[in-house]
Amino acid sequence: MYEAVVMGLSAGGMNVLKTIIPALPATFPLPIAIVQHIAPSSDGYLAEYLGQISAIPVKEAEDKEILRGGTAYLAPAGYHLLIEANRTFSLSIDESVNYCCPSIDVLFDSAADVYRQNLIGIVLTGANADGSKGLKKIKEGGGLAIVQDPLTAEVPYMPQAALNATVIDYILDVSQIAPLLARLGKVGEGENNVRSIS
Amino acid sequence: MPLLKTDDESTEIESLLKGIHERYGYDFTHYSQASLKRRLNRVREHTKLFSYPELLERLYQDEQCFDLFLKHMSITVTEMFRDPAVYLSIREKIIPILKTFPFIKIWHAGCATGEEAYSMAILLHEEGFLDRARIYATDFNKQSLETGQAGIYSSKNMGTYAANYLAAGGKKNLSDYYSSSYDLVKFDDFLKEHITFSYHNLVTDGVFGEMNLICCRNVLIYFDKVLQDHVLSLFTESLRHGGFLCLGSKESLNFTKVKKMFEPVDTKYRIYRMTEALHV
Repeated sequence: MYEAVVMGLSAGGMNVLKTIIPALPATFPLPIAIVQHIAPSSDGYLAEYLGQISAIPVKEAEDKEILRGGTAYLAPAGYHLLIEANRTFSLSIDESVNYCCPSIDVLFDSAADVYRQNLIGIVLTGANADGSKGLKKIKEGGGLAIVQDPLTAEVPYMPQAALNATVIDYILDVSQIAPLLARLGKVGEGENNVRSIS
Repeated sequence: MPLLKTDDESTEIESLLKGIHERYGYDFTHYSQASLKRRLNRVREHTKLFSYPELLERLYQDEQCFDLFLKHMSITVTEMFRDPAVYLSIREKIIPILKTFPFIKIWHAGCATGEEAYSMAILLHEEGFLDRARIYATDFNKQSLETGQAGIYSSKNMGTYAANYLAAGGKKNLSDYYSSSYDLVKFDDFLKEHITFSYHNLVTDGVFGEMNLICCRNVLIYFDKVLQDHVLSLFTESLRHGGFLCLGSKESLNFTKVKKMFEPVDTKYRIYRMTEALHV
C-alpha cells in the first residue's frame, strides 16, 4: 500500500499543477510532496493559489512539519525539501543540485530512503534533467514511477530524461494522473482494510 | 555506491557518529538525518571509503581525514544581505531600539565565511553607530572563520550581493566598501575592526553572553527538535532581557520550548524579541 507521493516539475509546471491538484478528491489519503522549480524570491503565492482551487489543502512545507495524508506540500523557494525517517519534513540550503534549489532529486532521494516500495514518484514537464536520478532510486527501492508523456508535455526534456534513466510504470497525459493517483490511494486503503480485518 | 537497506544504514551511521563524538568531541547525532546522509555520501565519495565502518576506522586514526569530514559537515552556503527584506526589517524595526544603548553586542551564530557579519557591519556603519558595536561571528569550521577574518571573497558573487544590498536599504554602493583586484575583493578593514571571528560549536559549547541581537539564520534547519531546543535555550541565556533573535525565513519558534519567552517583532521575517527572563 502506498504511503506518499512525490512530484517534480520545472518549466511549464504551473499549468500542470493547476490540472492535477484540483482534480484530486477531498478524500485523497496520501501526502504529496512537490518540488516546483521557482525563483528564489517567490513567496508562497503558488501554494495559496492552488489551495483556493483544490479540494485538498495545499501549503508550503515547513521545517519539522509532520506529513499529513491528503495534503499537498510545496518546497519553499530557495530551500531543498527532504523527508526524514520519522515522516517529518526538513529543509536545507545546501549547494544547488542540477543547478536547482529546491532540487527534485534531493526530495526523491530522501523520500525513497524512507518509503521504499510504498512511494509513488512523478516527473513532469521541465527543461533540465533534475528528478531522473531520484526516480531511478525510487524504482530501485521498489516504488512506482510515473512520467508525463513527453509528447504532451509543455517542455519534454525532463520527462524524457526520466524515461531514459529508468523503467517507468506509467507514461501518461496530465489529465490521467489525478484519476490514477485517486485509484492508487483507494487501493491502498482497501488493502489496509483487508489487513486490519484479517 | 552499494545500496544498503535503510535500517542497516541508519544503524551504521549511528555508530559512525558515536565514534566521532568519542574520538573528537564533535556531536552530530542530533543533526537532521536526511541532509546529514547526503553530506556523508559526499565524504564517502571523496575518500572512496564507501563502507561506514571503514570510514570510521580511517577517521579515528587520521586527523587530516577528520578535518576533511568536518569541512563537509559544516554549512558553508551563505551570501551578503541574504533575504534583503530581513535586513530592511532589522534596519527599520530593531536598529532604532538598539541605538538607545551606549554599546551593543551582536552574535552571528553559525556564521560560515562571515558574509552576514560584514553585511551587519555595513548596515550599522550606515546607521551611524558601528563604533558603539561589537559583532561576534562564530562557527565550528576553522577554515570558514579564516576566510571571514581575511575579509577576502570571490568577485563573482558581487553582482548578486550589490543587488541584495540595495534591496536591503543600502544607502551607497556595495563597492564603496571593498577594493577589487583580479577576481577577488577585500572588504575595508574598518568593518573588520568591529567583528570578532571566533570558534564556537553550538552543539557542545556554552553561553556567549549579554547579546542585544543574535542572528542565527538557516542553521537550526539542520538540527533535530532536541538539538533545536538545546540551541534556542542557549540563545535565551546569551541574550539580554529585551534582546532580539533573528532566524532564517523558514525557521520559527513555533513548537519550540522557548516560544513563550519571545514575542514576534516581524512574523514574516522571523524576528523575535525576548520578553521573559529565564528561570522566572
